[in-house]
Amino acid sequence: MDRIYLDNNATTITDPRVREALDPYFCRQYGNPNSLHSFGTEVHVAMRLAMDRLYSGIGAGEEDDIIVTSCACEGNNHVLKGVYFDLLRSGPKNEILTSQVEHPCVRNTCAFLEELGAKVIYMPVNADGVIDAAILRRYIHPERTALVSLMWANNETGLVFPVQELGEVCRENGVLFHSDAVQAIGKVPVDVARVPVDFLTFSAHKFHGPKGIGGLFIRRGRKLTPLIHGGEQMGGRRAGTINVAFLVGMGLAMEMAVDNLAYESSAVRALRDRLEDAILEIPDTLVVGKRELRTPNTILASFRGIEGEAMIWDLNANGVAASTGSACASESLEANPTFAAMGISDELAHTSIRFSLSRFSSEAEIEKAAAVIRQSAQRLRAISSTYANGK
Amino acid sequence: MAKNDLIGGSLWENYSTKVSERMNNPRHRGEISEEEAQALGARLIVADWGAESCGDAVRLYWAVEPKTDRILKARFKSFGCGTAIASSDMMAELSIGKTVDEALKITNIEVEHSLRDSAGTPAIPPQKMHCSVMAYDVIKKAASIYKNVDMSSLAEEEIVCECARVSLSTIQDVIRINDLKTVEAITQYTKAGAFCKSCLHPGGHEKRKYYLVDILRDTRAAMEQETLTAQADGGDFSAKTLIQKHRAIENVLDKSIRPMLASDGGSMEIIDIRENEGAINVYIRYLGACKGCVSSTKGTLQFIENMLHQELAPNIRVLPV
Repeated sequence: MDRIYLDNNATTITDPRVREALDPYFCRQYGNPNSLHSFGTEVHVAMRLAMDRLYSGIGAGEEDDIIVTSCACEGNNHVLKGVYFDLLRSGPKNEILTSQVEHPCVRNTCAFLEELGAKVIYMPVNADGVIDAAILRRYIHPERTALVSLMWANNETGLVFPVQELGEVCRENGVLFHSDAVQAIGKVPVDVARVPVDFLTFSAHKFHGPKGIGGLFIRRGRKLTPLIHGGEQMGGRRAGTINVAFLVGMGLAMEMAVDNLAYESSAVRALRDRLEDAILEIPDTLVVGKRELRTPNTILASFRGIEGEAMIWDLNANGVAASTGSACASESLEANPTFAAMGISDELAHTSIRFSLSRFSSEAEIEKAAAVIRQSAQRLRAISSTYANGK
Repeated sequence: MAKNDLIGGSLWENYSTKVSERMNNPRHRGEISEEEAQALGARLIVADWGAESCGDAVRLYWAVEPKTDRILKARFKSFGCGTAIASSDMMAELSIGKTVDEALKITNIEVEHSLRDSAGTPAIPPQKMHCSVMAYDVIKKAASIYKNVDMSSLAEEEIVCECARVSLSTIQDVIRINDLKTVEAITQYTKAGAFCKSCLHPGGHEKRKYYLVDILRDTRAAMEQETLTAQADGGDFSAKTLIQKHRAIENVLDKSIRPMLASDGGSMEIIDIRENEGAINVYIRYLGACKGCVSSTKGTLQFIENMLHQELAPNIRVLPV
C-alpha cells in the first residue's frame, strides 16, 4: 500500500538533495573542524557555506550569532535557562512571559524555572488563538519582565503569531524577545532583520533537513550563558564537536526552504485548502483557526462523534499518517489550552486530528487522503455511541 | 525507565492481533431495535456510560429473556480509541448467553485476557488498560437498568484501581501484612496503579475517589496508632516508654489504691518516676488524711508496692517524699 504522509509538523522527509549533500562528510571529509591539520581545516569551506545559508535564510547580520544546536528543544532550553542565569537569578527583573499554547519544551522548561524561583506568566490567547500586541501590553512590565518567549507559529493549529508587533512591544519596554520558529521556517517568511527578536530557534528536520540538528539565533551583543559547557566550539557559546555533515545538510535545507516559500504559499496552500474543503464537506466537522492566519500547510480538524486516536488508527490502516492532539493514553488528560482559549468545547478536544502537508505532498495524494478521511469518518460514526446522525 | 521506554511511540505495536482485528472489524457493533427484541421475546436494555468530554463513551444494547434473565443478543456503539472499541466488542461477545447476574461477573481483566493472542502476553499496553474498564462499567449499568436498582447497589466492594481491579480492602491488607512504606511497593504487590496511573495521586488521567498516596498515609497512620495503643494497654511493662509506664501505674493506683485511701479521707499523687539501674523508682506524695499517717511509710506503702509488683513489674520501688 502506498502510504501518504500528512504529519509534516511532526517531522519531514529529508530532501534527497540534502541527503546527497551531507554524504561526503562521513567517510571522506571527516575531520574535526577544530583540528589544525588539513583534515580539520578542509571542512571549513562547506561549514562556511552552510553558515552563510543559515544567516541569509533568516536574515541574520554578520555580527549576529547562529549557534548550531541539536534541535529547537535545546535552543529553547538554552534561551530560557540562559536568561534565568543572566537576569532572573540576580534580579531585579524576575518574570518570564509566555503563552498557554507553547510547545512542551518551552512550557516544561518554564515550569522547571518556576521550581527554581522564577515567576512565569502563561498568557491566554485571543479568540483567534494567538497572542496579540494588546494582550502582551497588558502583561509586560519594563521593570519586572526579563523575557518574552512566544512561538512564531503554533504546531497544532498552524496559527501564526503577529511576531513583528510583539517584538516591537518588547523593544518599547526594553524586554528581551525570544521566538520559537520551529514551525515557521519554510512555511512563512522569517526575517530577523525586520522582526525585532533577540533570540530565535529552529530545527532542521521540520524543513526537510536531518533530525538532531538545529539553530539558535542570538542578536549581536546579547548575553546568553551557555547551556552546554566544555570546549571552545561555537565561540564558547555551545561546547561539543559540531556535526559537520548535518550542518551542511541543514544549510542546504534552509536555502531550499526559503527558495520554496512562494511554492509553499501557493501550491502547498492550494492543496491544503483543497483537503480542508473536502473535510468541511463532511457533515459536523470544523477546522480550528482562520485559514489566512495559519501556516499554509496545517489543518487541525475536528470530527464530531469520533475519538481522535480511533481516527488516526483507521487512517493509518488505510495508509494515511496524521496525528491527534488529544492523548487518550497520556497520564494526564488536560483540556487542550488552544481549544479552551478559542472557546471550543471539551467534547471536541478528543476529536481533533492534525493534517500537515509539505512541498512533497502531491495532488493525487491529497485526493486519495480526502477519500480515506471520508470513509474513516463514515465507518467510525456508524460505530459511535455519541454521533446521533450516524445512519 | 529502561531500554524499551527510550524509543517511544510503541503504543500500537503492543496491541494483540485480536485487538487490531476487532478494532478494524468489530463483530458486535451496532444497535438492537425494539422490534428485534420483541421478536426474540426479549426485553431491550440500552445502557450508556462515559462522556465525550472524558474521551470515552460506550452504549450497550442487550436483548434479555425475562423468564430466564438470559442475554440473547448484545450489540454496542462506542466513542473511544481502538482499545475501547475492541474491549467493548469482546465484552458484548462475552455477555451473550449469560444471565444478567453471570454477566455482572465479567471484569475488564477477563475482557483483556480474552483479547490476548497468547496467555502470557498482555493484549494491550499498561497505559491502555483503563480503556477496557468502560466495558465493565457499562455492564453494571445495563444490569442495574434491567434489575431496576441503583448501580451502586451492584458494587461488591470499593475499587481503587479500576484497571487492575484492586479493592480498597486488598490495598489496606497488603500494606499491613507486608509493612509497605511506598506507593511503588503497593504497585509491585497488587499491580494497582501500574496501568493508567490515575489512582496513584490526584492530578492524573482521571479523577478518583481514592488515591494510593492517601491510602498509604492513612493506613500507616492507623498502624502507628495501633502499635502505640498495643504498647500502652498491655504487654511487657519494661518495654514501655516512661510516659506509658506512668499511665499504667496511674491506672493501677486509680483502680486498686486510691479508692481504699479515699475511704480513710486520704489520697496520693505521683511526683516523679525515675529509672535507675534496673529499678523503677516511683516517687509519691500523700495527700489529705494520709499525710503524716503512721501506716503511710509501713503497711500502706507495702500494700501499694505489692499491688504494683503484682500488676506491673517486680522491680518497682515506691518512695514517699
